[in-house]
Amino acid sequence: MIGNEAVARGLYDGGCAVISSYPGTPSTEITECFAKFDDAYCEWAPNEKVATESAFGASLRGKRSACCMKHVGLNVAADPLFTMSYTGVNGGMVICVADDPGMHSSQNEQDSRHYAVASKIPMLEPSDSQEAYDFARAAFEISEEFDTPVLLKMCTRVAHSQSIVETRDKACDVEKPYEKLPQKYIMSPANAIRRHPFVEERCRKIAEMSETSPLNRVEKGDGSRDFGVITSSTSYQYIKEVFGDSVSVLKLGIVNPLPEKLIKDFASSVSKVYVVEELDPVIESFCKNIGVDVEGKNLFSVTGEFSQKTIAKAFGLEDKENVSIDTEIPVRPPMMCSGCPHRGLFYVLAKNKLTVLGDIGCYTLGSAPPLNALDMTLCMGASVSGLHGFNVAGGKETEKKTVCVIGDSTFMHSGITGLVNVAYNMSNSTVIILDNSITGMTGHQQNPSTGYNIKGDPAGKVSLEKLCASIGINSVRVVDPYNLEECDRVVKEEIEKDEPSVIISRRPCVLLKYVKPKKPLSVNPDKCKACKRCMKFGCPSISFKDNHAVVDPTLCVGCGVCTQLCPFDAFEGGED
Amino acid sequence: MKTKNIMIVGVGGQGSLLASKLLGRLLVDEGYDVKVSEVHGMSQRGGSVVTYVRFGDKVYSPIIEDGEADCIVSFEKIEAARYLDKLKKGGTIVVNTQQIDPMPVIIGAAKYPEDVIERMEEKGVHVDYLDALKFANEAGSSKAVNIVLMGVLAKYFDIAYDKWIAAIEKCVKPQFVDINKKAFELGYNYTRS
Ligand SMILES: Cc1ncc(C[n+]2csc(CCOP(=O)(O)OP(=O)(O)O)c2C)c(N)n1
Repeated sequence: MIGNEAVARGLYDGGCAVISSYPGTPSTEITECFAKFDDAYCEWAPNEKVATESAFGASLRGKRSACCMKHVGLNVAADPLFTMSYTGVNGGMVICVADDPGMHSSQNEQDSRHYAVASKIPMLEPSDSQEAYDFARAAFEISEEFDTPVLLKMCTRVAHSQSIVETRDKACDVEKPYEKLPQKYIMSPANAIRRHPFVEERCRKIAEMSETSPLNRVEKGDGSRDFGVITSSTSYQYIKEVFGDSVSVLKLGIVNPLPEKLIKDFASSVSKVYVVEELDPVIESFCKNIGVDVEGKNLFSVTGEFSQKTIAKAFGLEDKENVSIDTEIPVRPPMMCSGCPHRGLFYVLAKNKLTVLGDIGCYTLGSAPPLNALDMTLCMGASVSGLHGFNVAGGKETEKKTVCVIGDSTFMHSGITGLVNVAYNMSNSTVIILDNSITGMTGHQQNPSTGYNIKGDPAGKVSLEKLCASIGINSVRVVDPYNLEECDRVVKEEIEKDEPSVIISRRPCVLLKYVKPKKPLSVNPDKCKACKRCMKFGCPSISFKDNHAVVDPTLCVGCGVCTQLCPFDAFEGGED
Repeated sequence: MKTKNIMIVGVGGQGSLLASKLLGRLLVDEGYDVKVSEVHGMSQRGGSVVTYVRFGDKVYSPIIEDGEADCIVSFEKIEAARYLDKLKKGGTIVVNTQQIDPMPVIIGAAKYPEDVIERMEEKGVHVDYLDALKFANEAGSSKAVNIVLMGVLAKYFDIAYDKWIAAIEKCVKPQFVDINKKAFELGYNYTRS
């Protein structure tokens, strides 16, 4: 199973009764896999802070609970995280966080181990699917034994690699009684000041436990090399790939707090110690602080992900023989799908040469050529708040040339509060919600505006129109992004208005099962005048061959937007 | 046994996930330690996608690095060339000759290199290529390109035909088993003339 499925199984077999998460690659499958267990509760929350607090509530009530997110999600959940360290838990609680070294699908490559250190919460770090399963179970034990939430840190290569897992019997369900304990759970200054020493004492105890815990282990080398390596996570696999059993390895499963004595003993058993860890020098800094002389980031990068090649290079081993040809292979970046509803709207924004503050989702792909339709992407929700600031700084002239775009899921996640600011402080901002009725980018998860829950059952549905109206946006309009004329007219009207406004661009994602593709279009070569207007649209189905446009019938879903672009009616066919 | 490395490369949406699932199932059933690694997330967005399949007595790294791949299976004509660095000297490439233009080619910012297969052969790479889409259609579905290519790949393995078929039966939805068995057979029996 993939690492994420192993985490889901480990949590379930470890007695987890409640999971609340927000999707984010590479963490999403943990929650999706957990949703298949019918006797446990599982949900998508609107964002990671809500998810974490919901899981905390379940723990407070006495059940084992978890929440899962990607590394940047932990930024959103950081507020409850730091104070949950003080309150501790009732039922065990696990926070799964997935880092993305190499940024396969993220906006940064922050190292979430810093959160464990800063919030004084223990963190476990598996290196393959079997450990993902075992560590998820162990996390609940540690959580309850030491009265602390536990962080379980994944990374892309552990989360998305499949390897064999042996599962064990499911633990008994935990149901602890709920007790009113104001001094533990009401973190007013007077109570919190008394909890802080508890937190410090807990760190000390967990560090002591980690000295002998089976989650950390020393693998003695066969003596053929006399140096040793301290490592964890997927870096451990690369070390073993390159060196096999020839070096001694201290493989850390608990990466916070770190075992001082174990590290010192290991260091004195070898001639020299290397620390091999992706991203920041967390283990290395600790070693240096306790006076253990190690090499690490002088040999290894703090950026990107590692592989066996990284290790071999750093240790001066030879490259493997390969072949190459000197043909330039054009890049193949991801792009908006054929028939993607976002494309029509972006075409209109680009055509009107508007400044567009963007957000995170499939629509971030609108930044790519030929549309080049975006000016900014920062983090989820930042489009709306950023637009407000941009407009108050730029005044009238800016307001009439600037909009922001945000997806339905992202709007639910953290766009709402930004829009409240727009309404409250009355900037003449035009916010465009790209409502494709799904969380697209992360692979189709339901969200509060879709009307379905994680299991696909009907659920509460937030009306975007009513929500915007109720916070004080008087001008809320809905457009169909397949209708370019309508989009163009409404966008122009709304940016002219001297009041905040919202345009909802609504059409479901073409990849949704209930969206039936229409017949593909084709180009009549006699009518095509090779003006290439349709090529400015960036549709992957349309290419240019033998001096006229052609449509790839295996990709085209018959959305018909191209017919609105062609002045010569060269596109034919389509419909049902 | 020394670890063996297979790469599956293609364009998002082409069905490489099923191919790697099939390989994984087969190799686990054969008693190997197996790691299959792919990066999800952008896979449906028409980008370049790559899956690593590694098997042997004990597999550590989930990644295949330069000069390590025994075989690269490419679902599209130029994708194999993109990852050629990964191929071991003397390795094999299985290529579907289907051409899917990437966006820079569509908008005229780059040229599609038509001669990649010849260029790879010039360098002594063993390239086994075919129009897998044609065979998939013959089997009954254009979606079966993945299984046609698995049929070709199977010729380079020491695993009995029946075991592959058994793995297909386990991995494919019942209503598609027949089409996929046919697709596998067409790929397996294909020899380049
Ligand atoms: C804090 C945070 N959590 C999660 C993610 C992962 N993520 C990226 S885009 C996205 C949602 C996109 O959905 P939506 O806004 O509906 O746009 P769509 O992709 O459907 O166009 C998510 C969850 C992230 N980048 N940051």
